[in-house]
Amino acid sequence: MLDDVDRRILRQYQAAPELPAADLAQRAGVTASTLGRRLQRMHSLGVLRGLRAQVHWPALGYELEVSLRITLDKTQARAFDEFLAAARTVPEVIEIQTFLGVVDARLSVIARDLAHYQQVYRQRILTLPHIADIEALMHVATLKSDEALPL
Amino acid sequence: MIDLDQTDRALLHALIDDASQSAGALGRALGLSQPATWRRLRRLRDLGVLGTPRLVLDHAALGFGVSVFLGVKLATKGRVSLEDFERAVTAIPEVQTVEHVLGLYDYRLRVVARDIPDFERVLRRRIMTLPGVGNVEANVLLSEERRPGPI
Repeated sequence: MLDDVDRRILRQYQAAPELPAADLAQRAGVTASTLGRRLQRMHSLGVLRGLRAQVHWPALGYELEVSLRITLDKTQARAFDEFLAAARTVPEVIEIQTFLGVVDARLSVIARDLAHYQQVYRQRILTLPHIADIEALMHVATLKSDEALPL
Repeated sequence: MIDLDQTDRALLHALIDDASQSAGALGRALGLSQPATWRRLRRLRDLGVLGTPRLVLDHAALGFGVSVFLGVKLATKGRVSLEDFERAVTAIPEVQTVEHVLGLYDYRLRVVARDIPDFERVLRRRIMTLPGVGNVEANVLLSEERRPGPI
């Protein structure tokens, strides 16, 4: 479906998403018209889904990020659906993931400070349905976050 | 800490949906002139609220069928420096994110692979051979949602 030219374009594009089209074409070693055509095609195939802004939460006063690893009570048939639906209503939850493995789900929760975290944790997280166990990992530093694919 | 007004919030929401929109298109959608939109975007960038946008790719269509989160505990803290581990782990192409955390684990990694046998290869050859690595826990990602957060 994709050839080496497509992969080369994606490799350069994901490394510098804000580069002007002409520069991107040059880095990928293609003409501007080829670049436009290839990107258009990858969009229509659904390979390239778009560009998403990254909000840097500390700049808005959210200094804390906590990863909550959650085990659900799986004796309840609708545990996953009801838990996920309720987690979506908590504004401080910025990521929701489900897993096959040791834990069932993970929420990324941001807070302004420890007092605010305590409040969100008690009032919004512990009240989510079907939780059997929660473990918290406090985020200290991000060392790599580009999420680039090794294309 | 900075205050955002309703227009800033609407702008951030629009950019999280699609960061490829021009200032003109964003302004039209929000009832702002192009220069006014441009000024707001520049302010959000200057304040560090808006970082570099990220390309959203269909991993499966590009041949990456599995994402696995690893919790890594270092075995020999003190003897092997954190820097050695961090330098080696961030250089692995299949490792997309590296976070230093406090709690049950020392590091949280996001790893992409073509399939489970490919993941096993990355785990054995690249992860288990990292300097100082101790206990490793793996959770295979089933679903993931990025939420807009408290804006």
